[in-house]
Amino acid sequence: MIDVIDLKKNYGNLEVLKGINVTISEGEKVAIIGPSGSGKSTFLRCLNCMEDPTGGSIIFEGEDLADMHVDINLHRRHIGMVFQQFNLFNNKTVIQNIMLAPVHIRCSERTQALRKAFFRKIFNCFRKEKLPLPDSLPTKRQIIAKERAHAEELLRRIGLETKADVYPSTLSGGQKQRIAIIRALAMNPKVMLFDEPTSALDPEMVGEVLDLIKQLANEGMTMVIVTHEMGFAREVATRVLFMDGGTILEQGPPQEFFSHPQNPRTQEFLSKVL
Amino acid sequence: MGNFESKLRNFWDIFVHQNGSAYVLTGLKNTVLIAVFGLLIGVVIGTLIAVVRVFPKYRTLPRILNGICSFYVGLFRGTPIVVQLLVAYYVLLPLFGANWPSLNVCILVFGLNSGAYVSEIMRGGIQSVDPGQLEAGRAIGLSYSIAMTRIVVPQAVKNILPTLGNEFISLIKETSVVSFVGAADLYVAFNSIGSNSYEFMVPYLVMALIYIVLVLLISMMIKLMERSLRKSDRRN
Repeated sequence: MIDVIDLKKNYGNLEVLKGINVTISEGEKVAIIGPSGSGKSTFLRCLNCMEDPTGGSIIFEGEDLADMHVDINLHRRHIGMVFQQFNLFNNKTVIQNIMLAPVHIRCSERTQALRKAFFRKIFNCFRKEKLPLPDSLPTKRQIIAKERAHAEELLRRIGLETKADVYPSTLSGGQKQRIAIIRALAMNPKVMLFDEPTSALDPEMVGEVLDLIKQLANEGMTMVIVTHEMGFAREVATRVLFMDGGTILEQGPPQEFFSHPQNPRTQEFLSKVL
Repeated sequence: MGNFESKLRNFWDIFVHQNGSAYVLTGLKNTVLIAVFGLLIGVVIGTLIAVVRVFPKYRTLPRILNGICSFYVGLFRGTPIVVQLLVAYYVLLPLFGANWPSLNVCILVFGLNSGAYVSEIMRGGIQSVDPGQLEAGRAIGLSYSIAMTRIVVPQAVKNILPTLGNEFISLIKETSVVSFVGAADLYVAFNSIGSNSYEFMVPYLVMALIYIVLVLLISMMIKLMERSLRKSDRRN
C-alpha cells in the first residue's frame, strides 16, 4: 500500500533520514520505536509529506508523493494523521472540528461538478452527439446534514456525543485525542499515522486512547504508529521497526522482536526500556 | 482661581458666541476622518503585506514580493510621521504636479504609515497561532489557503483586534501633527481659539479632555469586541 524507497531527509547539513526502505501492506499495523532523535517522527511525517523528503520516493496507491507535481492534498485525504499535541482546531466546536474537512471537500467537489455540467450543457448545443449530463447533485444542505450525521455517529462511538457543541479548550487530554482520532476517521482514510499519540497525556488517560486505537486495529485499519508504549506495540502491532540514527536497524513481528532482538543496539535499547 | 474663572468665561464666550464651536467641530471631524480612513487604508495595505510576509517562500516571486514589503515596512517605520507628511506634501506633490488638499494627503500618508505597523501586528498575530493548527488542517487534506482562512486567520483575529485598537488610538493621537502641512485638526482649532484671546490655558486643557474622551470611547469599544471574541477560550 505504501512503498518507501530510499527515503532521505536533511535539515541543512544534518542528515535525519539516511535512506529508508519499507513496504507497508494493507491491514498491517506497524509500530516504530527508537530513542529520541532517531528520526522516527520525521519518517512518519514524511509519509504524508508534512516534511518534504530530500530524496527517494513514497509510492502511495501508485503515485509518488515525494514528487512535487503530485497534488498532495488529494492524497492526504486518504491518509489520516494524529498528532502528539492533538491539534484540534481551537476556534471550532467539537462537531465542527470533525465536519470541517469533509464538508469543505464535498462542497468543492460539488462546485467542480456543477461547473463541468454547465460547460457540457453549453457545448452540447453545438454537438451532434450529446454528452450525458451528470445525475442530480446533493445540495449543500444535504452534504452538511450527511456529514453531521456521520460525525455524530463517530462521536457516539467514543461516547462523547454530549460534547458535540463545546469548544476543545473545555476537554481533557484524553477526550481531545480521541476526538482528533475520529476527526481523521471522518475522512474515511485508508491509512492512519499516529505520531506519539499518548505522549502528551496524563497517565490516567492513556488507556482510553490506546483502547480506541486498538479497536481501529481490530477493524483492519492500516496503521503506522510511532510510540513509546512497548506493551501496546507488542499487543497491537503486526510488525515492529526499530530506528536509530536515521536508519531502520531491525524489524520483525513483535513476539520475535521483543524476545530475541538481533542487533546489539536494539538489545541495548530494549534492556533500558523494558 | 478668580483668574481661572475669567479665563474660563473668556473661552466659553469665544466657543459659543464667536464661532469657536464650529472650528472645534471641523477639527474634531478632520481628526476622526484622518484616523478612521488612515486605519482603513492601513488595514488594507497591512493585510496585503502580512499575506506576502507569512506566505511560504520556496519560489522566487514570493521572495521578491517579501523583499519589497520589508523595504516598505522599514521605510515607513524608520522615519517620523512628520517627515513623511512634509516629504509627501512639499516634495512629492510638487514633483508630480498634483494639487491635492492637505487633508487628503494626510489621510494617504497616515494610511501608508499605519499600513507598515498594521502589517507587523497582523504578521505577529498570525505567527502566534500554534503551527500545529495549520499542520492539522494540511494533514487532513485542506489546501494551504483554505487551512489558513478557515482555521489560522480566525484565531489570529483574536490576537490582532485588540492590538489594532491600540493602533487606532495612537493614530488618533498622532494626527495632532497634521498642522505641519496645513490641515485643520483639533489642535489647529484650539490653537486659533487661543490666539484670538491671547489665552491658551483653557483651550489646551479642553483639547486634552477631548482627546482623552475619544481614546476612552475607543478602548471601551475594544473591550466589548474582545469579550465577544473570547467565546471559544473558556467554557461556552
